[in-house]
Amino acid sequence: MSFYPYAVAAWLFVVGLWGIVASENLVRTVLCLTVVQSATYVLLLAVGYRHGGAAPIVADIPVHSRLVDPTVQVLVLTDVVIEATVSALLLALVVQGHKRFGSVDPQQLRALHD
Amino acid sequence: MSSLGALPVLVAMLGAGVLVASSAFIPRAGADALATSVTAGVLVLCALLLHRASQSPFAYWLGGWRPRGGVTIGISLSIDPMGAGVAMFAALLVLAALVYSIHYFEAVEGLFHGLMLVFLAAMAGFSLTGDLFDLIVFFELMSTVAYALTAYHIEERAPIQGAINFAITNSIAGYAMFVAVALLYARTGALNLAQIGAALDHHHADPLVIVAFALLAVGFLTKAAVVPLHFWLADAHAVAPAPVCVLFSGVMVELGVYAVARLYWEVFAGALAGHVAAVRAILVALGVATALLGALMCVLQRHVKRLLAFSTISHVGVMVCGIGLLTPGALAGVATYAAGHGLAKAALFMLTGVLLHRFATVDEYDLHGRGRGLRVTGVLFAFGGVLLAAVPPLTMFAGKSLIEDGAGRIGYGWLSVVCVLVSMATGGAVLRVAGRVFMGWGPSEGPDPAQARAAEERVDETRGQRDRTPWPMLVVPAVLLALGAAAGLVPGLVPRIASAAARFTDHPAYAAWVLHAARPSWPAAVAVDPSGSAVLAGVLSVVGAVAVAALGLFGRSLPQALPRAARERSRTALRAVRHLHSGHIGDYIAWWTAGAAAVGATCLLALR
Repeated sequence: MSFYPYAVAAWLFVVGLWGIVASENLVRTVLCLTVVQSATYVLLLAVGYRHGGAAPIVADIPVHSRLVDPTVQVLVLTDVVIEATVSALLLALVVQGHKRFGSVDPQQLRALHD
Repeated sequence: MSSLGALPVLVAMLGAGVLVASSAFIPRAGADALATSVTAGVLVLCALLLHRASQSPFAYWLGGWRPRGGVTIGISLSIDPMGAGVAMFAALLVLAALVYSIHYFEAVEGLFHGLMLVFLAAMAGFSLTGDLFDLIVFFELMSTVAYALTAYHIEERAPIQGAINFAITNSIAGYAMFVAVALLYARTGALNLAQIGAALDHHHADPLVIVAFALLAVGFLTKAAVVPLHFWLADAHAVAPAPVCVLFSGVMVELGVYAVARLYWEVFAGALAGHVAAVRAILVALGVATALLGALMCVLQRHVKRLLAFSTISHVGVMVCGIGLLTPGALAGVATYAAGHGLAKAALFMLTGVLLHRFATVDEYDLHGRGRGLRVTGVLFAFGGVLLAAVPPLTMFAGKSLIEDGAGRIGYGWLSVVCVLVSMATGGAVLRVAGRVFMGWGPSEGPDPAQARAAEERVDETRGQRDRTPWPMLVVPAVLLALGAAAGLVPGLVPRIASAAARFTDHPAYAAWVLHAARPSWPAAVAVDPSGSAVLAGVLSVVGAVAVAALGLFGRSLPQALPRAARERSRTALRAVRHLHSGHIGDYIAWWTAGAAAVGATCLLALR
């Protein structure tokens, strides 16, 4: 397995974090959060990849075929479900925030500070 | 019989489904009755599990996928007394919060009850699971429900901002942990905690394992609100409804600390065995920073819920120090301390809810003297402050003395000073609020009007002012305070916690009972009396707390005694610390990234 998927995963994680830090729009912040999460998909799939491996559906291939690891694919599926839930919730909050604050710029959310 | 293990999660989850599905048809009283009886059922189930696991810890394999020859591809609930006890504590607080909220919310739909039960299911699963991936999925479930509950008053401004900050910070923490799962799975091919631990025992701690450890620690310490990963906590606690804050401060935050201890002892203890001193130094340093910053910020607040939130951060710092000592005795101290703290803090949030219910504000200065007629509330509130100050010989003192004595034995005796400062500041701040609100002591004009506006905005939680308080809103916190005071005095309870901690920290035995269904035996724990110096520290804390309260009430002119230059400099420094808590999610994530990088780099350098 080459080094590239790991580099891509690390890049996605860091660039997503940078996007959240620098964002001036909460919709963009939420999208950057999904970029951070996609780093975990790439990493998990890379971990389970086997060179020349078939998809782990054993119904119509010989039993002793070389397969990629199905476990990480299940983990990615769970991860996707979590992402869908959290993104939906966050986007709903951003819409509501736009109604109440009249802005989606985190600078303009001034209800809480010390 | 071991299938009992899955029932707490299952019952709570099914109850939530029924409640949400029927929310359109059943009246409010029906939803209250159903939710409280389901929670009471879960509490009983957890008590049964605790009883069973105290005799012998056991694993329940979902779908009957048992390990063969010590190797497993199944998913287990690995139930030991500590995990069952934590689940039971969570169920107890959910029950209290549900009974309290019967009269707290006027208008509440079945969704609130459903969310509370999913929250309970997630916390119970989190405490009982023996699988790394499940641990993180339950973490995510618990967090997602918590975001929704934080923004329960979706028509107000502050809850929206608080929930966004909470959700983004904790989601990133979750993704960091997913990375760690991928790394550990790549190295060991296992997801079961016991099996990962057994596989790592044969490796030395190479960079991959160290990075996984650092990412997991950072992830769960974000939930535990450790400096500088803590910024979300004050925002979320300040805006969530009071019954929800009860669960956040009482048990959810502590679950982050629990998970770090669980992962260290069951997964990494073998691989990091040569680096105990370094791991200890890292965790204690994080804990001390958290304890002191939380204590400072707590004293500076006038928004009462925010004050209690920073007080929680401060106490979590002490707990992180306690588990960071990496001894069974200190772990038992943390468990006792967390129980005492959770009950006292839950009661204080409920009593703050009483103030909000009556006067529609939680600003300390706005409330000046207005609580004079609320004698019972006032007495209970002040008693909560005394409990937070860890007065001997009550529960929190019992825990604190175990931590201090454990620290003293391994050369960390100076931690007593931190513990005393935390007790003084957090207890003193609550006593100060009690004096100002219920006795009318001290000035009624505050130094910082900006915070008053923040406290005023949240007037809608219970729809305006009222002139009486329904009795369950006082009985529930009174019961919690009584439990929080007396639990540590029940004969045999602290030794039982100590024996649970001894089982928890036995790394080889954990793999044996999970993977090989062994029934290891442990020597019975004996009661340890607090040392003289711990008692002295306890007395000092209480005297100090009263002094902090008195200074806060009557000492406004005291800084004038300082030279002008020193006064200006300390004021600028305090303002700078407060401005870090800006409410801006970008700032918070910048701090999170810096904190995660610092912890990771320190681990890589120190654990080689």
